[in-house]
Amino acid sequence: MIYRENGQFKSSYRADMALFPVAQDRWAMLALLAVAFVVVPALASDYVFRAVLIPFLILALAAIGLNILVGYCGQISLGTGAFMAVGAYAAYNLQVRIEGMPLLLSLIGGGLAATVCGVLFGIPSLRIRGLYLAVATLAAQFFVDWFTNRVKWVTNDSSSGSVSVNVLSMFGWRFDTPVQKYLLCLALVALFALLAKNLVRGAIGREWMAMRDMDVAASVIGIRPVHAKLTAFAVSSFIVGVAGALWGFVHLGSWEPAAFGIDKSFQLLFMVIIGGLGSIAGSFFGAAFIVLLPLALNYVPHWLGLSLGTAVASQLEHMVFGALIVFFLIVEPHGLAKLWSTARQKLRLWPFPY
Amino acid sequence: MGFLLETLFGGLMVGMLYALVALGFVLIYKASGVFNFAQGAMVLFAALAMARFSEWIPKWLGFESQLLANILAAATATACMVAVAWAVERFALRKLVNQPGITLLMATLGISYFIDGAGQLLFGSAVYRIDVGMPKDPMILMESTFDGGLLLSKEDLYSALIAALLVATLTVFFQKTRTGRALRAVADDHQAAQSIGIPLSRIWVVVWSIGGIVALVAGIIWGSKLGVQFSISLVALKAFPVVILGGLTSVPGAIVGGLLIGVGEKLSEIYLGPYVGGGIENWFAYVLALAFLLIRPQGLFGDKIIDRV
Repeated sequence: MIYRENGQFKSSYRADMALFPVAQDRWAMLALLAVAFVVVPALASDYVFRAVLIPFLILALAAIGLNILVGYCGQISLGTGAFMAVGAYAAYNLQVRIEGMPLLLSLIGGGLAATVCGVLFGIPSLRIRGLYLAVATLAAQFFVDWFTNRVKWVTNDSSSGSVSVNVLSMFGWRFDTPVQKYLLCLALVALFALLAKNLVRGAIGREWMAMRDMDVAASVIGIRPVHAKLTAFAVSSFIVGVAGALWGFVHLGSWEPAAFGIDKSFQLLFMVIIGGLGSIAGSFFGAAFIVLLPLALNYVPHWLGLSLGTAVASQLEHMVFGALIVFFLIVEPHGLAKLWSTARQKLRLWPFPY
Repeated sequence: MGFLLETLFGGLMVGMLYALVALGFVLIYKASGVFNFAQGAMVLFAALAMARFSEWIPKWLGFESQLLANILAAATATACMVAVAWAVERFALRKLVNQPGITLLMATLGISYFIDGAGQLLFGSAVYRIDVGMPKDPMILMESTFDGGLLLSKEDLYSALIAALLVATLTVFFQKTRTGRALRAVADDHQAAQSIGIPLSRIWVVVWSIGGIVALVAGIIWGSKLGVQFSISLVALKAFPVVILGGLTSVPGAIVGGLLIGVGEKLSEIYLGPYVGGGIENWFAYVLALAFLLIRPQGLFGDKIIDRV
C-alpha cells in the first residue's frame, strides 16, 4: 500500500530512464544516505566503525568492481586480491616517493596501476574463457603475490616486508579518527556505486551483458569482443584497485603482502555470488554478509554460553561459507539481491496478491 | 651433468604427484563436465582420514600391527571418500544439473571450503604422519658414469610405481568394464546416455568416488613424504595449470602436463630463479600454462573447442 507507484506519471524520457523511477525508492535512497552520512557517525562506537562499517564499505567497493567483471561480463576472476594489492602498493609508492602527493591522486593512481595490470591479465580472455580464464586470473594472483614479496622496491626496501601509511589528508582535512575514515570511505563508495550503476545501465553495460550471455552471438551482432572484455577488465580492476588502496590505507594502516592473498580473492568472489551476480546492490548485501557472518559465528556461541576455540570457529566458518555458497547457487542463483527485488515486487501489490 | 639429471628426476617425481591430483580433476571433468575445484580439499580430507584412522584404529581394536592398521585405515578412508562423493552428488550436483560450467565451478569452490572445514574439524588440524612403510633411504645410481653418482630417493621411485599402477588400473577400468563404458558414454553426451538407460546420478557417485580414491592415493604419497597438513590442499592449485596445459579431458594430458610442469618448475627455479630473486616456482607453472593457452586454447591433448550460437 505504501510502496505503490500508482499515479506517478512520467512525462519525459528522462524521467522514464531515471535511476530510481519509483518515488518511494528515491526517498528511501535519500533517507539511507542521510542515515549513513549523519545518523551513523553520531551513534556508532569506534569499535563498530573499525570492525564492521569500514571493512564493509571497502569490501563492498571491491565487490562492485568484481561484480562488473564476473556478474556483468561473465569473465570469472580468481585474482581480485592481486588487483587490490596492485592498487594498494601503487598508491603507497606514489605516496612515499612523491613529496606532498594528494591522497586522492594516489588513490586514483593506485586504481590506474591496477587497471594496467588488469588489462594485461585480461588479454588472455580474448582467446580463452570460462574455466580456462580462471587459471589466467590465478596466474595474476600468484605472480603479484610473488612480486610484492620478493621485489624490495615495491615495499620501499622495508626490512620486514610490511609497509604503513600514517597520515591521511585530503583538501586540508585529516582523516585520523574512525568517524572521519568512515566518512571518507562512504563518500568514495557512494560515488563509485553511482558511477558503476550508470555504467552498467548504459551502452557499455549492455555490451558486457551481451558478452556474458553468449559471446559468439554478441560478436555476430556487432559487439566487439576485444573492446567489451577489455573495458570490463579495465573498469573492474580500477575499482578493485581503489578498494585495495583504501583497504591498505584506511582499514589496515600498515600491511604486508599476505593481506591480499588468494583468500581475499575467494572471499570477494563469495560476496559476489551470495550478494547477487550482476547487481550493484547485491555487492553491498554480499559484503555485509561476509563481514557480519564471522562476527555472528564469534558472538552467538558466546551468548549461548558455549566456548569455541579459535581453530574450531574458523573451521566452522569455512563450513558455513561453503554450505551457504552451494545453498545459494541451488536455491537462489541470483543471490540476496534477488530476494530483495522479490520482496519489493510483493510489496508493490500488497495487500492484494494479484 | 649429474646435478642436472638429479634436478630432472626430482622434477619428474614432484610432477607425478601433480599429475595424480590433476588426474582427479580430469576424471571428474570427463565424466560429468564439472571442473572440480574441491580436488585439493579432497586430497587433504583423504590424507587426514588415512593418517588419523591408522592412529585410532589400533587403539580402538587393541592391536599393534602397523600393516593391519594401514590396511584398515585405507579401507575406512576409501569409505569416507565414497561417502563424500555420495553427499556431493546428493546435496549439490543433483540440484545443479544443466547449470552453466561457471556455476558448477563456483559450487565446487563452496564444496571445497566445506570439505576443508569439515576435515579439519573431524580429524584435527595439526601435522600428522602417514607411515605406509615406504623406504626412506636414498640410493645412488651410475656411480661409474658421474662423479658421486646420482642420488635418488627410493620413496620417489616407489610412489612413481604406485601412480603408474593406478593409471593403468584406471585405463583398464575405463576401457574394459561395463561401468567404465557407461562413464565414457555420459562424458560424451548426458542426455543420450540417460535415454539408453544409464543412471546419471549413479555415474556421478561412481566418478566422484574414483576422484576420491585418486585423491587418497595422492594424499598417502604426499603425506608419507611431507606429513599431512593444510598445505596439502594447496597442491590442487598447482594441479590447475597442469590440467590446463594437458587439456581438460585427457588422462595422458594430465600425466604429461604434470611431468612437464614438475620438471619445468624445478629447472626454472635453479637456472632462472637466481636472476629474479628466487621463489618463481609459485607462478612459473601458471605463466607456462597461460603462454601455452595463447597458442593452443584447448591444451596439449584437449578436444577442440567448437563454438555454436
